[in-house]
Amino acid sequence: MSGDASFSPVVGGSALATGAPSPKTPRNVARTGAHPNPSADALRAEFATVVQRVDVVWGETSVVVERARLHDVIQWLHDDEGQRYDYLSDITAVEYRDVEREIEVVWHLRSLPYRRFLRVKVLLERGAALEVPSVWDVYKAADWLERECFDMFGIRFAGHPDLRRILMWEQYKEGFPLRKDFPLRGRFSRSEQLRQALAANPEARYSKDELTIAQALEDLPADMRRRLTAGERTGE
Amino acid sequence: MGLSPRPEPRVVETSSDEPWITTRLDSFINWGRKNSLWPMPFGTACCAIEFMATAASKFDLARFGMERQAFSPRQADLLICAGRVPFKLAPVLRRIWQQMPQPKWCISMGACASSGGMFDNYAVVQGIDTIIPVDVYVPGCPPRPEGLLYGILMLQKKVEKERAADRSLRDEMEPDATSQLYVSPSEIDEVSEPFGNSVHQTRSGL
Repeated sequence: MSGDASFSPVVGGSALATGAPSPKTPRNVARTGAHPNPSADALRAEFATVVQRVDVVWGETSVVVERARLHDVIQWLHDDEGQRYDYLSDITAVEYRDVEREIEVVWHLRSLPYRRFLRVKVLLERGAALEVPSVWDVYKAADWLERECFDMFGIRFAGHPDLRRILMWEQYKEGFPLRKDFPLRGRFSRSEQLRQALAANPEARYSKDELTIAQALEDLPADMRRRLTAGERTGE
Repeated sequence: MGLSPRPEPRVVETSSDEPWITTRLDSFINWGRKNSLWPMPFGTACCAIEFMATAASKFDLARFGMERQAFSPRQADLLICAGRVPFKLAPVLRRIWQQMPQPKWCISMGACASSGGMFDNYAVVQGIDTIIPVDVYVPGCPPRPEGLLYGILMLQKKVEKERAADRSLRDEMEPDATSQLYVSPSEIDEVSEPFGNSVHQTRSGL
């Protein structure tokens, strides 16, 4: 890599003042009452009422923000020189047993230069459309994370380039497995589940676009290439 | 010397220096087959770790003629399915089985491959015998290498007793829906409630 001038390794804590104490594993953290992450105050100063709530639990900070401004908040956390959240470690969702309670979508952000961790949440009202803005244009890592969240919870990410199922196969018809109203054993009978699974074509797991990216389309047998070029996605 | 159903190999002394051996063709073919099974490991979970231990030097599958692991189904005699099989993998497993040439056998290793095990949920096949025929089920979660070896020895006994002339053993048939013994999948679902399947079950009480 020595010849590549554009490569600069990420150094943890590089944005901290010289002489800052090295990180220690926190011990005996109280459940509540710890100081929030400084980014929470910075967010309040920048976005005012967009920040609906700040929780500090077990020393970790969660910020609940408005759904409409979510993308701006994440973009700012990524770009601002005082934050530099350069690592999106997870996107997930939480549905509670209380049927009145909102579904939460959660973004886990990490700032390696400042050694900070921040959880950003958006609450989705029951009955409203389960849709949040995609952050794929900020973090490319969001691609598969958002697809997984869509696959398991049915939350749509507006602006995602390729929002398909990722764990279950694309023709999966039973719903979204991690939702609370989803029966543990699925909605269909075992024989129907097996029939649908066996009907899938194991060789057509990839779309034409994915195979083109991998330059593997040309290696396929002629009939499969023809089928995929004609628009067949996967399975059945 | 009566005609016993399974005459043992017999050494015939002759006047020349080299003695003859007489045996049944079945015994001879099966002796060759059972001692040169090439296993194809289909490892998807922790059972595959035990399978690796079985194949490694301490337990040493090679003692039973399995020196060579066939990682291509086209060169394998024995499919060892080690681990849980999700529905997404079901068509893959069936395709691999179809790619194996006859004669072929299958060992279902561990609770998950044999019955779905603890994963009685929406994603996991409830026993690979709903997809492909299985000769030997090895219980355990995961089975110890001794368990797998015992299963392999049982399979070798089974191979030993097969009749090479009986082609019907190797026929692959779909179930005959006109037979009086036929039970449709939906009827099986019905009688196996609530253990085989319960579409009404929810954990949240919704």
